Amino acid sequence: MIQVENLTKRYGPTLAVSDVSFDVQKGEILGFLGPNGAGKTTTMRIITGFLSPSSGRVRVAGYDVAEEPIEAKKCLGYLPENPPVYTDMTVNEYLAFVGRIKGVPRSELKKRIGEVAEKCSIADVQHRQIGKLSKGYRQRVGLAQALIHNPAVLILDEPTAGLDPKQIIETRELIKSLAGQHTVILSTHILPEVSKTCQRVVVINKGTVVAMGAPEELTARLQGYGSVLVTVEGPAPEIMGKLQAVPGVNLVEPVEATGARVTLEVHTEKNRDVRADLARAIVESGWGLFELKTSGMSLEDIFLKLTTRDLGEEAAHAEAAASAKTEVVN
Amino acid sequence: MRNILAVAGKELRAYFHSPIAYLVMAVYAVLCGFFFYSFTATYVVQTFRMQAMGGMGMPNMTINDYVIRPLFEGVLTIVLLLLIPLITMRLYAEEKRSGTIELLLTSPVTDFQIIAGKFLGALLLFGTMIVITFGFVGTLFLYGNPSAKPLIAQAVGLFLFGASLLALGMWISTFTKNQIIAAVVSFAAFLLIYVLDWVTAYSNGPVSSVLSYMSLTTHFDAFAKGVVDLKDLVYYLSVIALGIFLTSRSVEALKGRI
Repeated sequence: MIQVENLTKRYGPTLAVSDVSFDVQKGEILGFLGPNGAGKTTTMRIITGFLSPSSGRVRVAGYDVAEEPIEAKKCLGYLPENPPVYTDMTVNEYLAFVGRIKGVPRSELKKRIGEVAEKCSIADVQHRQIGKLSKGYRQRVGLAQALIHNPAVLILDEPTAGLDPKQIIETRELIKSLAGQHTVILSTHILPEVSKTCQRVVVINKGTVVAMGAPEELTARLQGYGSVLVTVEGPAPEIMGKLQAVPGVNLVEPVEATGARVTLEVHTEKNRDVRADLARAIVESGWGLFELKTSGMSLEDIFLKLTTRDLGEEAAHAEAAASAKTEVVN
Repeated sequence: MRNILAVAGKELRAYFHSPIAYLVMAVYAVLCGFFFYSFTATYVVQTFRMQAMGGMGMPNMTINDYVIRPLFEGVLTIVLLLLIPLITMRLYAEEKRSGTIELLLTSPVTDFQIIAGKFLGALLLFGTMIVITFGFVGTLFLYGNPSAKPLIAQAVGLFLFGASLLALGMWISTFTKNQIIAAVVSFAAFLLIYVLDWVTAYSNGPVSSVLSYMSLTTHFDAFAKGVVDLKDLVYYLSVIALGIFLTSRSVEALKGRI
């Protein structure tokens, strides 16, 4: 549905986006992840035709954005970072204006406004002036605007920014419900959002794509080993020895010791859950077990890894370190 | 056309939802009214004096020459130099500041449709100001017998004069997010173009005649006299086309195309 090919954008000497390529399938929700200033907004603006790329091209629903902008834009709904609302209009006036310039037939306009207002839960403020609405409502009016012409493709730049937790959940549900009929690209720097709403993630940093794939896939790819945190009351050296003997455990490292309690990090073999065995080993030895939890690499860790160091180098590094430690202990 | 009208309607609504339209119209009405009254009063006193002196020179002292022409030529053009920037300053600057420019430029409408719509919206507001003028000048027809034909030329001239400023002001508004900057720069630019013909006072030769030809005032003279000259029509229409063209180039530059 969307093909981005070798997109590059320069602002004078600065390279904002460099050779970015990805595809989005019909009905898919793609998460666009990256720290602030990574080039997310620039890339989205190029896809929507608001900016022209220095080189490369974008096709939306088969139309080249540079060559057939009107046709491409007819298939596009776009919610920029700041909802593009006219504060002096009422919600209805605004949606009517947007509907007209987006090419919604006059006879259907009223019906469409009702539908999107319902969908974005702004029906109760339809007659209020947008300038007097809260940020959360404005954001949803922005979303309603993007949906008014029922576009095949939706580009949402940080759609949940500035919303309260309840609204964030509602907005995510709304976006999820759009999957299937609409193709969605949403950008965010909030990580749980990606794992909650997106089927696929593109991680971008300093203008280049550093990783691409399903959220689970990314986690699996980067995580060389599993890891469990245990807090136990008892003699540390003995505990470490005992836990080391549990099958599937590669390495036990002390993390913290307070009084008689020690917190240990247990590195395990990939894809092997040893929590039950660890608990049994501890309890059977008569020590007090205070806490036991997996410390699997969260999306945050992955994100940091990806955006602070080169991907390949980092993965190799982690693997090498893990095997080196294993050897030493064995 | 539908898109142009949609944008024009939006612009007009924005003018009338904010104090700008009312402020501009009120200031215009006050200034126009004051000068109209003072020219008329002077005219009345002068004619009485002439009559007292035995009617010498009376046939030459028409109301068109002594009230309407100075009003259009000496007052209204200058008032427009001041007020048109207030109309055009928001056209692009406000869209850029509020981010709505992203909505317009990612909608399935051409840049020209947006520009034309904005220009049309501003032109309609300006049109109401011309109507206000006729509210004053029209009273002359109740109490006197001015001739109507020169008045048409003067109105057409003033309309083209204002429309040229609107087109140039719209272009200047594309450069900034700040409406005040847009207004100040527009006013300075308008004033400069207005006084370009002053060069003829201290220099002659090709440069001075070219500059004089470019001046907005030079071409208003004939209209003010009640004459519609093709040369002047072409001049004003060219300035309008130039303003619209420059605006479209500037919008292209906003998108990073140039």
